[in-house]
Amino acid sequence: MNARSNRNKFLITAIALLALLALTIWAAFLNLGPFNTVVALGISGAKMALIFLVFMDIRERGKLVWLALGAGFFWLAIMFALAMSDFMTRGWE
Amino acid sequence: MSDAAIAHAHQFDDATQQRDAATLGMWIFLATEILFFGGLFLGYTVYRIAYPQAFAEASRHTLLVFGGTNTAILLISSAIMAFAVRAAQNQKRMALVIHLFGTTTLGVLFLCIKGFEYSREISEHLLPGNSFHFAQPHATHAELFFYLYFLMTGVHALHVLIGVFLIGFFGINALFTNHLEQQATAIDLLGLYWHFVDIVWVVLFPLIYLIGRNA
Repeated sequence: MNARSNRNKFLITAIALLALLALTIWAAFLNLGPFNTVVALGISGAKMALIFLVFMDIRERGKLVWLALGAGFFWLAIMFALAMSDFMTRGWE
Repeated sequence: MSDAAIAHAHQFDDATQQRDAATLGMWIFLATEILFFGGLFLGYTVYRIAYPQAFAEASRHTLLVFGGTNTAILLISSAIMAFAVRAAQNQKRMALVIHLFGTTTLGVLFLCIKGFEYSREISEHLLPGNSFHFAQPHATHAELFFYLYFLMTGVHALHVLIGVFLIGFFGINALFTNHLEQQATAIDLLGLYWHFVDIVWVVLFPLIYLIGRNA
């Protein structure tokens, strides 16, 4: 990939990230009920995906890198699943 | 960039293998960082589900202007770091130095703003402990929110501080080194670390600043 298209790619991504930031702040002031959290986390997820794909160039990395990153998120999911299955089934006072 | 021109340590067959090993090492480190921050996010999730009103009340007392500005600063700094990584791969010394120092400057700015934000919150008695004071119905549970707030942003700020020092160090190094071609892998890995720190903040930002804003 040549230097110019790299530059455009990074600039467009930066602008998209800042637009998503503005969007998430705007959405936080709307009354969407429980969907406020869903929208906020969805926009965070979109920003995260952009950073992984463009800035960290995840598509160009080898399979081992995918495995390492996937393992991180997989164990995170295990931690959340086991912990929440405990806390969500208890009575809180 | 021709890998053949780059020296490699004796335990590696060639420079490509050395680069791949270093890169994988950084990604494994980042995977452990996911779990490190994951524990904090898990604590946050448990208490937010348990005390939604207290968390909303407390979140309304965070300083959105500071947090929003800091988010923008980190996002822009990540883009500049991406340029630095490309400059290192193309062995463009001045571009590399400028982009590394640009990233460091924004990192320092982030920490300064965070410092002003902490000082405002401490003077408003929002730091958990004996002097904590929160004139709302759910003060005890709001203290939990602020405990998590200071812990999570504090640990994140420590990561930013480490990044600022490392990127600044590599910026000075890039200015004087006679072996710029040896720097590309290190700058790439440094970039991965910086982008990861950015990602943590991107997830942290709405959880801290944006709940209960519509009430």
